[in-house]
Amino acid sequence: MPDATGLELTAHELRDVNAESIIGTDFQRQRAVLLAEPAHIVEVLTALHAKGYTFLTSLHGVDYYPEEPRLGVLYEMMDMKAVDRISVKARVPLDDPHIATVTDLFPGAEFPEREVFDMFGVIFDGHPDLRRILMPEDFEGFPQRRDYPMGGEPVLFTYNEEKSYGRWQ
Amino acid sequence: MEIKREKLDGPPSDFRARQLTSRDLLRGDLEGEDLERYVEQSIMTTTLEKAVSWSQGNSIYPMTFGLACCAIEMMTIVGARMDIARFGWEAFRASPRQADLLILSGRVSVKMAPVIRRIYDQMLEPKWAISMGACCSSMGVFNNYALVPSDKFMPIDVHVPGCPPRPEALMHGILRLRDKIQGHEPEGWRRRYDAVGTEEVLTPEDGGESIRDGAINVFPGGDTAGA
Repeated sequence: MPDATGLELTAHELRDVNAESIIGTDFQRQRAVLLAEPAHIVEVLTALHAKGYTFLTSLHGVDYYPEEPRLGVLYEMMDMKAVDRISVKARVPLDDPHIATVTDLFPGAEFPEREVFDMFGVIFDGHPDLRRILMPEDFEGFPQRRDYPMGGEPVLFTYNEEKSYGRWQ
Repeated sequence: MEIKREKLDGPPSDFRARQLTSRDLLRGDLEGEDLERYVEQSIMTTTLEKAVSWSQGNSIYPMTFGLACCAIEMMTIVGARMDIARFGWEAFRASPRQADLLILSGRVSVKMAPVIRRIYDQMLEPKWAISMGACCSSMGVFNNYALVPSDKFMPIDVHVPGCPPRPEALMHGILRLRDKIQGHEPEGWRRRYDAVGTEEVLTPEDGGESIRDGAINVFPGGDTAGA
């Protein structure tokens, strides 16, 4: 992990290239996070890749309900030589959840991006095959969003067993 | 050496005598009343249906099919400690066409349910199904949008509770299924102990409105809100 100073230096380097690309930084519990502007996410990741963070460990989504912008996409980057990690966080609003794909830079991001689309409804522009990956293809809604109903069935007990869906007569 | 022969009246006491009688029968030397008596002692009558169900219950081929963590417990019953081979159930078949029993060992997701239904349809009659563990009976801890209880899309013969059930519990379920196949289905414990009316409900004195509405930890019929 870069320390707090190293994180600021990295942010400054990226801001030198494009002043709008980095909104802010966050350093908590030895975890360095760059808050990136979603419109410039490919640019940020390309710059980090050039700096040595060549491995995309994980790509996942978050729902920050009720904060706005609600949805977040997190990119966990890793420098395999220096054994150094940095996170990039991009927040997208719910009414326009678009962000550019990073599959051109990291081909392995294809399935994680499909999963984030499946669970949170973030649309990755330019993704080669943006379909649902875990839920059935005709599933409606994005189940990992906080405002999605939990679903489920009432559990059967002896008092309501005659109403059981298991009665096949 | 002198060989002692006994008549076959009553319970045969001498094994050697019976052996010699059998030898006589095979040679064709056994005749008359001795032959009648021998045949009478060697034959058991039953119905064809009973004989067929007896053999069916003792030679089930389960399907090689594991869904989740319950599958680990299911594999254990084939091993030496539980040893399902004692009951003739040990031959797990890799094809549904050859299998008699589907053990649903784990959670069934909405996406997996059509696959399981198809496998079940491919199995040849007679066929049975065991729903193993909480997840595929009542969805257990995963009672949410992603899962479906197995009763909703296929008939289940035996439910084995547990999360996951120990191999002993699955063995018990298997023996109950064997009893069911062989036509002597055991009574439920409520009927056996004359315990009708001991359901887990609150009476009006305890604060429940009626005996049905006061049931603990359940939702009103059809209402899944907050499940």
